[in-house]
Parts: sequence; structure tokens; C-alpha cells
Amino acid sequence: MAKTKDILLDPLSDNNPITIQILGICSALAVTVKMETSAVMCIALTAVLTLSNFIMSLLRKVTPGRIRMIVEMAVIASLVIVADQFLRAFLFDISRQLSVFVGLIITNCIVMGRAEAFAMQNPPLPSLLDGFGNAMGYSAVLLTVASIREILGSGTWFGYALMPSGYMGNGLALLAPGAFIIIGLIIWAQRTIIKKFEVD
Amino acid sequence: MELISLAVKAIFIENIVLAFFLGMCSFLALSKKVETASGLGLAVVFVLAITAPLNWLIHHFLLRDGALAWTGVPALMGLDLSFLNFIVFIAVIASAVQLVEMTLDKYFPPLYNALGIFLPLITVNCSILGGSLFMVERRYTLAESAVFGFSSGFGFFLAIVALAAIRKKIRYSHIPDGLKGLGMTFIMTGLMAIGFLCFSGISL
Repeated sequence: MAKTKDILLDPLSDNNPITIQILGICSALAVTVKMETSAVMCIALTAVLTLSNFIMSLLRKVTPGRIRMIVEMAVIASLVIVADQFLRAFLFDISRQLSVFVGLIITNCIVMGRAEAFAMQNPPLPSLLDGFGNAMGYSAVLLTVASIREILGSGTWFGYALMPSGYMGNGLALLAPGAFIIIGLIIWAQRTIIKKFEVD
Repeated sequence: MELISLAVKAIFIENIVLAFFLGMCSFLALSKKVETASGLGLAVVFVLAITAPLNWLIHHFLLRDGALAWTGVPALMGLDLSFLNFIVFIAVIASAVQLVEMTLDKYFPPLYNALGIFLPLITVNCSILGGSLFMVERRYTLAESAVFGFSSGFGFFLAIVALAAIRKKIRYSHIPDGLKGLGMTFIMTGLMAIGFLCFSGISL
């Protein structure tokens, strides 16, 4: 039981995919201008990561080692196509704003990395939990970055005005450099708290 | 002239790493040394320049809405296979990388040795797939997508070599423990991105 809890909770902080494992940063930054888009992105990634880990773990005994990358790619790409079509059908506006970044879940290192590192060696249920846990860790960082950017940049949160009406949005937070610097500071804060340092 | 302006835009103004965050993972992981950084940069230029026009051909003649009209078969006329874009593009990229690897190994061994491990890694580099997806979304022509592919790759090359050079210098500075490595790299990338923002006024 303790182990199951570890699998689920470890990626939230001690082994966070973004700040500690350095996986899946590409898409993490681009969609974080607004809470709305990042929340949808998190849900899409959670669905894809959980299912792909589960499916890869089911297939782990019948997949020959030499072609496992191709099998992983095929599974992930099919799941992403489903997610993308779903978004286009039900959330068209947001799918427009996310543009190519839903498709880029395919090359999101977290999905591939967890399939390689965890799902290929473990039974389906723990793999499912591992996928879900990592997706949560990813979402936690993504939503934090998005909150900071939207509040600082536009003075709103999920579209609701949060700052007093005279607040001038800080344009830098909405631009790419703002995202880099904010995530750098988050990593600094988190690593200082859990005391996990990198030797450069 | 339009092509030159597209190239300038893809290299400086809308740099694929610094403005769109694509290829971030390998950008951060492999920028510790200038040599490895330039190896990866070259590989990205190479593969992106090949896969963008290749995927354009496939999208244009096989997958897009009504693309199969040239076959003349009535059943295929109105077919829209563009939902297959993702899976086909990634397969094309994987096989293009494999082909490039084999060709280089046979005909240009020095270049092959220089690129080494980076070629296979390119398959999962977001910037390659991102290049192809942008090309579809922005409706480029064949020439435009070739130029876009090459210059995006070149932009990546510039950015990663510059970052590697800065990281080499920063190794001798005193920075807080928690900021070492990834944190500092992010902040430097942010500052670089601010630098690249200066180009945004340029139009040819």
C-alpha cells in the first residue's frame, strides 16, 4: 500500500517530471499564457499519459525489444489523435488556441520517458498510477506557471478579473522570456525546499 | 524576397526554441558543452530541412482534404485523411532520420561520427514534428516549407550554441545551490529570449 502511494505521490514533488526529471518542458511553456488553455492541456496530457502507460504495460511482454520504440510511438500517436479529434469536436475554440501543441504531446518526453522507464518493467495497475501521478506533477507545475503568468500579465485568473481595475498588465509575463524566467524561479524555490541540488 | 523575409522571421523573430519553446528538452539537456551542442544543432538543421518539404509532399498529395483527387478514383475524391497527419508525420520523421543516418554513414563518415548519438535522438525532438505541424497550419507552399524547415533548424543551432557558450562561462560563477544547473539555465534562456525580442521590429 505504501508503495502504491509512493508511485502516485512521488512525481508530485520529489520526482517531479518537469522540475527534477527535466521532461516535457516544450509544451509546458507555450500553453501557459492563460489558465483555460493550460487546464485543457493538462487534462489532455493526463488522459494520454495514463492510457499510454497502461497500454504499454499490457503490451510489454509481447513487444520485442528491438521494435519497442516504434510500438510506443504508434500507441502514443493514436491516443493523441483521439484527444485532438475530441478537442476539435467539443472545445473548438480552445483547440484553435492550443494549435500545434496538442499534436506535440506525441513528442512530449514525459509520455515516451515514462513508457520506457516505468511501464516496460511494471504490471498494468502500477503503470496506470505512475502515468497519472506524473501527469499530476506536470499539471501542478503547468497550472502554477499559468496562474503567475495570467495574474501578472493580464490581472485575471480563468478570465475573472482579480487585480484592482487600475492594474496595468505586465506584458513581459505574457511573452516567451517571462515563461522561462518564471519556471526558472519555480525550480529554484522547489529545489531549495526539498533540498535536491544538481552538481554542475 | 518573400523567402528571405520568411527565413529571417524563422531564425530571429520567431525562433523555434526561444519563441515557441520547441525542442526544449534536448536544448536544455545537451547544452553543457559547445561541441555536443553544435553536433545536435547541425543534426537538427539537417533533419528539419529534409522532413519539412517531405511532409509537405505527403500532406499535399495524400492526406489533406480532397488530396487524393489526382488518382481519379471517385471513391477517393472527397476523402479527408488529415486526421492521420500526426501518426504519418512521426513515421516519416523516424524513417527520414534512419535514412539520413545510413546515407551519412556510407558517404560522409566524418560528419556521421561528428553527429553520433544525436541523430537517433532527433526523432523525439519536438522541433522537428513542430516544424511539420506549423507548416501545415500556416499553409506554406513547397518552397516556403523548405526554407522554413532549414531556417528553423538554423535558429535552433544558433540558440543552442550560444547557450552552451554561456553555460561554459557560468560554471565559474557562484550561484545559489538550488539555482545550479536547470534553474540557472532557464533564467539565462529567458534573458536570451529577451535579447531575441529585439529583432521583432525587423521586416524586409
